[in-house]
Amino acid sequence: MTENLAVSIVEPTIYDLSSPGRTGVTFPAPDVPKAELPQGLLRSDLPLPELGEVDVVRHYTNLSTFNYNVDNGLYPLGSCTMKYNPKINEDTARLPGFAFAHPLQPVETVQGNLVLMYQLQEWLKEISGFAAVTLQPAAGAHGELTGVLIMHAYHNSRGDIKRKKMLIPDSAHGTNPASSSMSGLEVVQIPSDGRGNLDLAALKAACDETVVGLMLTNPNTLGLFDEHLEEAIQIVHTCGGLVYGDGANLNALLGIIRPGDMGFDLMHFNLHKTFSTPHGGGGPGSGPVGVSEKLADFLPSPIIGIVEEGQDDRLPLYGFLSPAKSIGRIKSFNGHFGMFVRAYTYIAMHGAEGLREIAEYAVLNANYIKARLNGKYAIPYDRTCMHEFVVEGQWAAAPGVRALDIAKRLMDYEFHPPTNYFPLIVHEALMIEPTETENKATLDAFADALIKIAEEAKTQPELLKEAPHKTPFGRMDEVKAARDLVLCCWLPEVNE
Amino acid sequence: MNIPANLKYTKTDEWFDPSTGKAGLTDYAQSQLSDIVFVEIVVAVGDAVKSGKPIASVESVKAAAESYAPVTAKVAAINEGLADNPEILNSDPYGKGWMIEIEGADVSGLMDAGAYTKYCEERSH
Repeated sequence: MTENLAVSIVEPTIYDLSSPGRTGVTFPAPDVPKAELPQGLLRSDLPLPELGEVDVVRHYTNLSTFNYNVDNGLYPLGSCTMKYNPKINEDTARLPGFAFAHPLQPVETVQGNLVLMYQLQEWLKEISGFAAVTLQPAAGAHGELTGVLIMHAYHNSRGDIKRKKMLIPDSAHGTNPASSSMSGLEVVQIPSDGRGNLDLAALKAACDETVVGLMLTNPNTLGLFDEHLEEAIQIVHTCGGLVYGDGANLNALLGIIRPGDMGFDLMHFNLHKTFSTPHGGGGPGSGPVGVSEKLADFLPSPIIGIVEEGQDDRLPLYGFLSPAKSIGRIKSFNGHFGMFVRAYTYIAMHGAEGLREIAEYAVLNANYIKARLNGKYAIPYDRTCMHEFVVEGQWAAAPGVRALDIAKRLMDYEFHPPTNYFPLIVHEALMIEPTETENKATLDAFADALIKIAEEAKTQPELLKEAPHKTPFGRMDEVKAARDLVLCCWLPEVNE
Repeated sequence: MNIPANLKYTKTDEWFDPSTGKAGLTDYAQSQLSDIVFVEIVVAVGDAVKSGKPIASVESVKAAAESYAPVTAKVAAINEGLADNPEILNSDPYGKGWMIEIEGADVSGLMDAGAYTKYCEERSH
C-alpha cells in the first residue's frame, strides 16, 4: 500500500472499536428459570466485537461512504451493463402486496403477483422472439446452466445420446465453459477471425454429430455484431446442434432485432443488466430463460400460466403449470420475485418505443466514447461497435504501463474503471460500456480522463504505476489478496 | 523473452523437453498471465494424456487459463510442489516450474524455438 493522504480518514475495523461489556441491546428480565448452557458449548475463542448500536451504525455508514456505485458516478464496466436503476423500481417492489406475499400462499390469494409474473414472461417472449420463458434462474450463469440442461434433455429425448461437445468462442464469458463443464460436457473453443467474428471455417470443422450446440454472445464481448450470424447458426443447425444465446448483451438489441428471429434456439436474460434490477452487491440477480417452440416442453417446472379460463363475469385464474418433459425445478419457490417487480416496472415505464431508444442510446454512447478515444488508444477490430467496445491499455511509447495501471489511475479522476483483462483475445484489454443512461457531459468527462491518462502514461508513468492516489487506500496487493486467503484477524483454534 | 533452443513448443504456450520428458508453461505464457496465484494439476501419475487436453488449471491476478498436454503420452510424474508455490511458474517456468513428466512421446507436431519465437512475436504486435 502506498502512502496516502486520505489514509487518515480510514475507518478502524469493528474489532478495533470493540470495548468489553458494551452492548447494542438490553434483554428483558427473564420470565422463566435461568439455565446454564451445557458445558462444551461455551467458547472463549470467539472474540465477537462488543459495541453500542450507534457505534455499529456509524461504523458501517462511514464505510459505505467509501463505496463507488452507479448512484454516484459512471460505472462503465464492460459486459456488465451497470445502468442506472430507476428509483420507481424500488417503490413498486415495496408495495405491500408484493413485498409481504409468502411464496407458499394459495394461488387464489396472490393473483396479482402471478399476473405480474405471467405478464413479464409474455413481455420477455415478445422482446426476444421466443415461444416460452421460465423466470426461475437466480442469475445469468444459473440461466446458462438451465439452458445447457435443456439442450442436453432435448437431444436425449430424441434418443440422440452421442452429443457431448459444446462449442464456445474464445471471446465468450467464462461462465459459458463453466456451465457446460458443470453439465458434464466437453468444451471445444472456437477462435475468432480477423474482424472479431466467429471463425466460420473452424466452426464448420468442429461441427459433427457429437455437438450439443454452440453458446454464442451476440453482440459479442468485443461489442461487435457477428457479421455472419445467420450462417454460423445455420452451420450448427445443419449438424443437429442447438444455438444458445448468452443474453448478457441484449441491451444493444432491445426493440431492434430479436434473438428468436435470428435463429437462436434459447437464451437467458439478465434482468440485473438489461432490465435495471440491482447488479452486484445490491442484487440478487435474475436470469430468466427463453426457448423456441421445440424446447418449450423442457423448461423448468413450474412456469406461470392460466390454469382456469376466465368468463364474462370472472377473471382467469393464474397458477403453476408443469411443462410435459420438464428438466425439473432449478430454484426454490418462484425465483427472485422482487426482481420481477422491478423488471416489470422498467418495461412498463418504457414501453416498446422506449425500449428501442434504450438500445439506440446505449450504442450511440459507446460509439461516441470510442470515436473520442480513437488515435489515443489502440482499438483492435475497429468497426462500428454496439453497446460496448474494447481498447488496448498499452503503448509502445510507454513501456511498463499496463491496463491495470490505467484502471487504477481512472479512480483518481473519480470514475469506476472499465472491465480489464477481458476478453482474453485482446492484449491488456479495457472493455468500456457506458450504457444509455449517461449524458454527453459525463461521457465527455470520462473520455477526457482517459485521454489525459494516455498522455500521463508517456510523460509521467509513475503517476499510473502508483495510482490510485486519491482513494482511502492506495494500490492494493492483488497477489497477496489472491494467495493469502486468511481474511480475518483471528481463527478459531482447531481441535486436534 | 526466454525461449530455450533445446525445447519444443505448442501453440497453446506449453514447452516440452524431449530429453527429460518434462513439460510446463512457457515464459511468454507466464508473462502474459502476470502473477500466478493458483495452479492445480488435473492429471495423475499413470494417466494417459492426449495432446491438446487439459493437464492443469492456472489462475493469475488477470485471468484463469488451462494448460494442455503438449503430446500424447503417459504421465510419469507430476510436480507436487507447484500447488503450494504457484509463483514458481513466474520465476522459473522452465526449471522448478515444470508441471508434468511424461514418457514415450512423439514430438513431430511441435514447434522448435525459432518457430515459437516467431509465433510469440506475431501475437505481441
